[in-house]
Amino acid sequence: MNTDVMDSRPTYGGLRLDPRAKSHLVVVDGDGAPAVLDAFAGAEDELNRTTILCAHEDVAAGGLERLCALRAARLQLSGSSEDLLTEFERVLDGADMSVRIYVAGRESFIGKVVASAALRGVVPDSVVAERRGGVSRRVQCVHCKHIDEGVTASPYRCSGCGQHLLVRDHFSRRLAAFQGVRIDAEIPGEVPPAMELAS
Amino acid sequence: MSGGVEIAVVVAEIEQAARNVKRFRFAAKDGGSLPHFAAGSHVVVLMRDGERTIRNAYSLIDRAEDGSSYRIGVLRTPNSRGGSKFMHERVSVGDELRITMPVNLFPLFHPGRKHLLIAGGIGVTPIYAMADELQRRGALYEIHYAVRDEAHGAFIDEMRARHGDRLKLYRRDLEEILAVDQILPGQPLGTHLYVCGPEGMIEAVLEGGLEAGWPKEHLHAERFQTPPTGEPFALRLAKAGLTCEVRGDQSMLEALEEAGFDPPSLCRGGACGQCAVDVLEADGELIHNDHYLSAAERASGEKIMLCVSRLKGRELVLDL
Repeated sequence: MNTDVMDSRPTYGGLRLDPRAKSHLVVVDGDGAPAVLDAFAGAEDELNRTTILCAHEDVAAGGLERLCALRAARLQLSGSSEDLLTEFERVLDGADMSVRIYVAGRESFIGKVVASAALRGVVPDSVVAERRGGVSRRVQCVHCKHIDEGVTASPYRCSGCGQHLLVRDHFSRRLAAFQGVRIDAEIPGEVPPAMELAS
Repeated sequence: MSGGVEIAVVVAEIEQAARNVKRFRFAAKDGGSLPHFAAGSHVVVLMRDGERTIRNAYSLIDRAEDGSSYRIGVLRTPNSRGGSKFMHERVSVGDELRITMPVNLFPLFHPGRKHLLIAGGIGVTPIYAMADELQRRGALYEIHYAVRDEAHGAFIDEMRARHGDRLKLYRRDLEEILAVDQILPGQPLGTHLYVCGPEGMIEAVLEGGLEAGWPKEHLHAERFQTPPTGEPFALRLAKAGLTCEVRGDQSMLEALEEAGFDPPSLCRGGACGQCAVDVLEADGELIHNDHYLSAAERASGEKIMLCVSRLKGRELVLDL
């Protein structure tokens, strides 16, 4: 099966400050903190109108201190990734069109943030995103619909139905997940060795 | 014409909608129903003027509920290259015309939570269709419509009847100014803006959007450019081995069609990019008038759009 790059695979341009935005809303997971530091360090005027949302458990040691040291107008720490997304949605519900949304971190995290903004009428391409951190994907099994987080190799075994799944580049924006399809559908039991995902 | 299927229509009704605007109702010649279209779509109307065929794109205002007809609005422009003058002076009820299948280069972004529709003058035609569609879907929307004076009566009356106080009117004769810096601040996240009108107004509204802090992905515009006139030049198609002259009052696309060649094209107004071709040689300066090519593509001198751009010089050789 052809698993070359396909159109549904999102591309991420990198965090670049948009100085015309009236305020900046930055959502970060652990691996994304360095990207935020690169983009915002020294931009005093912009930091005065910047809100940074991140999760305690997430941010690697030292990363949190450096995010604090940026002195953004507001830094909101959530207890978990889930709480972080809830807090993000709460902020979005009170936001107006003059805000720019930034997200940095693992691909699965970016996908969830973009999907929740899109549910509120935001064009996905208007969310400024930078991918940081290792290769791990959120994958939906197309057979049983179970979603596995942090998949790093293909094929892998679905923890919902136990099938061996090929991880495709086919990305669902709504689910923020890649699609996994049974790899031994034609010759049951013929499962090639797992390979680490390269990107 | 790469718009594909053409539809034969009969002019069922002509209405003087404003001082310089006529509205035409087209019915399918075979009495059947016309295709559904999404708000923001346009058709190209083909007008036979003796040996010559004039092709102009017009936004669709609406489709009759039973599907039997479409309406378009045509502004009579003072410097008409033939199309609007033909529609105003030569077309009568009962005449036959051909139109292309509807094409949409100005679609609504339906996941949007709110929609701001901004129209100036004749730019109201796609906005009219969009407002109807948003109303049908129960969406949140506002219409901001700038007119010179009351002479745009017909559109105003109909829209007021349909949309009530969702329609905000700005009359220049009463010194009412449509100011985006008053409309945009505080609009909720997920709002989309759509603008159609004179070039200067579109630029001002888009710039106003960026100034208000909006991301460009939420600012949508319909810009049909009439092919600007210029000096005549020679056009050679390297692969087809065809050479023709582009008159000062016609576009390259029109000259090629007149010569019996049928290059890919769609909107004829510099917006869709279908007619972009590779330049092989240019003895002169490329004059780009489109809204499609990027600054880098223009600067490279390697691409040009047949519908609105031209050469200031002697000969242009294209990879066609």
